[in-house]
Order: sequence, then C-alpha cells, then structure tokens
Amino acid sequence: MSILVGESTRLIVQGITGREGLFHAMGCRDYGTEVVGGVTPGKGGSTVEGFPVWDSVERARRVSGCNATLIFVPPPFAADAIMEAADAGVELIVCITEGIPVQDMVRVKAFLRGRDSRLLGPNCPGLITPGQAKVGIMPGHIHEPGNVGVISRSGTLTYEAVWQLTNEGLGQSTCVGIGGDPVNGTSFIDVLRLFAGDDATEAVVLIGEIGGTAEEEAAAWIGEHLDIPVVGFIAGATAPPGRRMGHAGAIVAGGKGTAAEKKAALSAAGVLVVDSPAEMGARLSEALGR
Amino acid sequence: MKIHEFQAKGILRRFGARVPQGKVVDDPGEAARICEDFGGRCVVKAQIHAGGRGKGGGVKVASSPSEAERLAGEILGMQLVTHQTGPEGQQVRQVLIEEALEIDRELYLGVTLDRAAERPLLMASRAGGMDIEEVAQTDPDAILRELIDPLLGVLPFQCRRIASGLGFEGGTARQIQSIVSSVVAAYLETDASLVEINPLMVDSKGDVYALDAKMNFDDNAMFRQRDVAELRDVHEENPLEVEASEHGISYIKLDGSIGCMVNGAGLAMATMDIIKLYGAEPANFLDVGGSASQEAVASAFRIILSDPAVKAVLINIFGGIARTDRIARGVVAAIDELAAEGTPVEVPVVVRLEGTNVEEGREVLERADFDFLVADGMASAAERAVEALGG
Repeated sequence: MSILVGESTRLIVQGITGREGLFHAMGCRDYGTEVVGGVTPGKGGSTVEGFPVWDSVERARRVSGCNATLIFVPPPFAADAIMEAADAGVELIVCITEGIPVQDMVRVKAFLRGRDSRLLGPNCPGLITPGQAKVGIMPGHIHEPGNVGVISRSGTLTYEAVWQLTNEGLGQSTCVGIGGDPVNGTSFIDVLRLFAGDDATEAVVLIGEIGGTAEEEAAAWIGEHLDIPVVGFIAGATAPPGRRMGHAGAIVAGGKGTAAEKKAALSAAGVLVVDSPAEMGARLSEALGR
Repeated sequence: MKIHEFQAKGILRRFGARVPQGKVVDDPGEAARICEDFGGRCVVKAQIHAGGRGKGGGVKVASSPSEAERLAGEILGMQLVTHQTGPEGQQVRQVLIEEALEIDRELYLGVTLDRAAERPLLMASRAGGMDIEEVAQTDPDAILRELIDPLLGVLPFQCRRIASGLGFEGGTARQIQSIVSSVVAAYLETDASLVEINPLMVDSKGDVYALDAKMNFDDNAMFRQRDVAELRDVHEENPLEVEASEHGISYIKLDGSIGCMVNGAGLAMATMDIIKLYGAEPANFLDVGGSASQEAVASAFRIILSDPAVKAVLINIFGGIARTDRIARGVVAAIDELAAEGTPVEVPVVVRLEGTNVEEGREVLERADFDFLVADGMASAAERAVEALGG
C-alpha cells in the first residue's frame, strides 16, 4: 500500500506541450508512471513524444480515463487549469506552478468545496510512491520503496530528507510535497490522516517552515491521533521577522509563525524534533532502533 | 510589495474612501504654499515604507506656513530611524503635507489573509493607533472580525455589524459602513496582501477619515496590476536585493559573515539554520533556483561578494533533475568568469554537492584551479565554513 499515487495511477499533464511540462511528463513515464497523455488548449489532436494531446481536461478524461493530473501551466492561467481539472472530476490534481496570486488560490479553494477532487500544491514538487509512481519533478532515483512517509512544504529540502533516509537504509512509502504557498490544496493533517490509515507507513518525517500555523495544527492532530514515530524539522529558525524567505508562505508576521513556536508545539505532541537538518534521517533511524 | 502612505491613500480614494486633503512634496517651499491653502495649519508626514514614523520624529504638526517649511526642511533628507528600519534608518525623500483635522476618536481597520480560514479577514477595533498584534495579545476580544467571502466580497450586514460593534450609529455609522466596503473592495481588486487604516479617525463633526493608510501587495499578482506595480520605489529596498530580483534570484541580506548559495527556499533556510548551530551567522538567504545554472551561480556570487561582511561562502546544492556535475562546472565557470572580470573570489568557498552524478561533480571541483573546500554533508559543510572564518 501507499497513499494517493501508486500502480493504479493514470496521469495526464496539463501544459504538456511546454518545455517543463514535456520534460517532466517524460521523467514521470521513465520512472514507470502510466502517463496517458496531456492537455494544451488549442493543440488537441496532436502528439508529442508519443503522448496524445487533448484540448480540454474533460475530453482527456473521457478518452483516457485519467485519475490524476500534473499541472505546469504558467501562473496567470494555473488557477483556471486547476478548476478545469476539478470540473472534469479528476481525483488528484497536483499543481507544480510557482507564483499563482493568493487571491486566485482563495477562489480556487472556494470552487473546490463540495467537489471530490483533491488538490496538492501549488508551488510544490509533487509526490512519489517509490517503485510505483512518480507524479512530480523530484529526482526519482534518490528514493527507495519502504515504510517511511515524508511530508514537506519544501522541494530540495525534501530531497535532502529522502536522501538521508535512503542512506540510512530507510525506504519511503510515499513522499508528499504540499507546497510553499500560504493557501494550498492539501494540508499536513490531510496527509497525516492518510498515512495513519496506510499499512505501509510505519513512521513519518514532517518538514515544516516558518509562516502560518499549519505545523501547530498538525502537532495537535498528531498528539491525538498518531501513534507511530514522527521526526520533525522546521526550517527558518534564523529568518528575520517580516521577510518572505523565498516561498510566498514563509514569513513570520506579527510575531506569529516562528520556528520556535512550531518546534515547541511538535515536541509537546511527542514529535522527535531535530534542530539540525542534517539529522533527520539519523534521528528516525535511532527512534526505530536500527 | 510595499508602497508609500500617499500612494495607498490615492488608491483608497479611488475606491471611495474619505482621506484628508494632501499633497506630496520634496521641497520645503512647496510645503509652505500647500499649508497656506489648508488655512495655515497642516501635518508634515515623512514618506518611507517603514512603520513607527511618528515615534521616530517623522510626523509633525505645523501651525503656520513658515513652520511647515521649517519642519519639511528638517524631515526631508533625514535618516528616519523607527523600530522597523534598523539602526541606520531610512532616508526621507518626500513628505506628505495634509490638512490638520480635529480628532475625536481613533479606530483601527484592516484587511489581510487569514491563512487558516483561507479567506480575507476584516478586522476592526476601538484601539486606534495601537499595533493590532499588540491588541490581539493583550485584549483579543477587543478585535471585531469578519471573514470575507472571496466570491461575494464584504456584505452590507457585515459592514453594519462592524459599525455598530465599534459603537456608532446614525450618519457616522453609515460613513464607517461605506469606508469598510471601500477598503475591502480595494483589497480584493488590487491584489493587496494587507490594507491597514490605523488610525481610522472620526472628527468632532462625526465625519470619518482614513488618517493613515498602509497597503502591501502580492508580488505574484503584479502581472495584472500594472498601475500598482508602477508605484514601486526601489529607493526603499536594499540595492543588492533589487539586483538579485532582476536576475531571478531570491536574496535577503542578513547580518552575519557566511554567504550562502543554495538551490530551493527550504534548503536555503535550513542551511542558514545549520550555520547558526555551528556557531556562526549567515550573511544572507539566497535561493539560486532549482536548476542552479552557470549564469545564476555567477550572478549569485557577485551579489554575495558585494556584501563586505562576507568572509566565507557556503554553496549547498542538491542536484535533482539538474545534474550535479553540470552544476559543479557552472560553479567553476562562474569563478573563472569573475577572475576574468578582475574581481576574483578571494574568500574561502565551501561546496557541498549532493544528488545525481555527485561523484563526477566532486571530481570537477577537485580538478579546478580554484581551491574549493569540498564537504560531503550539510553538517560538515557548515563546520568547514565556520572553521574557514577563523583562518
């Protein structure tokens, strides 16, 4: 088992005729994901690198039976692409695009209420179930199949964590990047809930960062519901207040959203919090008695 | 993105909010003439992006045109220090000359994103002039809150609830309802991330004015907010940060001595954190972007090294899709490029490369003419960078 993506995933790529979209469509296919085609409005009927291209998600879904989509559409049009996929009923929508206006995402979230689609991201690396399916832009080869679930707001810092785990001999069940924007589709708690119900997941690494209160909410949930080992790291302990650290959501505002508060909340919930990002893998290995 | 008070008031006026009459000037003589137009009394307000201008001596009342001229002369050109500027302060290049009004009551009105609710949040309180964060801590019940439906905007009953919650009725209540509606419309239609009227003022006749105004905007929405984007004042920003943004690099200057070059924002923050754990301070936050191309690396080097406080550089790159050996070649080429430009890199450079093709990447660094300190993990990279400071 695993969560969200696996052998039954049938993926399309929105923005497949763009440079990045095509590159990563091929990357996902090379990893073994079943990529059934893509969507670019106005280019329907053509084929790129063996992928059929459709004009709309609705058509793509009707023809291919896709159940997941990976979005590389530029920021001004990305919100529309997400809502189009939700309207077509695609079960899992993963949006890689960075730089979507916050108010677009606020409207997207309102649109998604009452629909069955799950949105992951935006501004995220996607997700991967090692050995089964990669739906994202992460380097597949650093992952190993196994029993550790990884959740993160970051991209390369997630790769760092995964690499440490793999080097410790700890494979991963599913690694999920929820994205660095202030308003996103899937929260830490959503993913934790899925991991809690997944037989394959026996431990979790949670990587947060400054800004907002998502980690505090996750901590409260972990304290009440999760009884497997969780290692946590929060990036940005040294970040100055009031400054946005690269990610749109990484900002300490009005004294709220600091790394110290988040670490304290996680520790209080029994999470094994590491201060050094170099110790995520080793700390989990120790907790599992390996 | 931030803008000046007078610019924010211009936007709010366009959305129907009442603001005091005023004009922005950079010449004291002009200040006197405008003061005269306002009947010989006015307020002189320094225009910088930082808050706390009043306490820092940047806001003064003049009771004659000659006093307005003198005060404007004092404030223009001064390095205004507030709790938000840092000790060096910010140079005042313009002052806003406004009509002086009779203040009866001061209130607070603000709109920002509630991240947990994923909707805009309207806040109002009777404690005008105070930091809303402070009110939130000491007396959270004193803040009236209304979540805004992003598809409907603020609704009339919400405006009425705010006005009555603040204790008003009759004509003043109607004016409050109107300004609440204007402020929310301005927030939604300009892609603002924050609108703050602090204080919102009621004068002795019961008329309502936005006495101060602050607006911040979502950088990601500037492609569709051309008018707002034009209000950017680069004088208010760190010149290195401006240069970095022109190269698509995310850079924030800090106070330490180890310059950081990292791909990805999360890893960049984590790199700063681990430097601190090993006993030194990072000189900057810098995200060269996921691909870490030669061009980006060269620009990043130039920006990092133009900070004279930098005594060592730590490069931490996790090569994912972008292969590590290619990134290593980019780093070497960037160093050669800088040497050819006559600005060779003269501080120790610790490099930690990980990921795809890492062996080849390290070989490229070993073979280079430049003496890199190659580290094989984040911890040892931080340790070596801190050691290099001492040497």
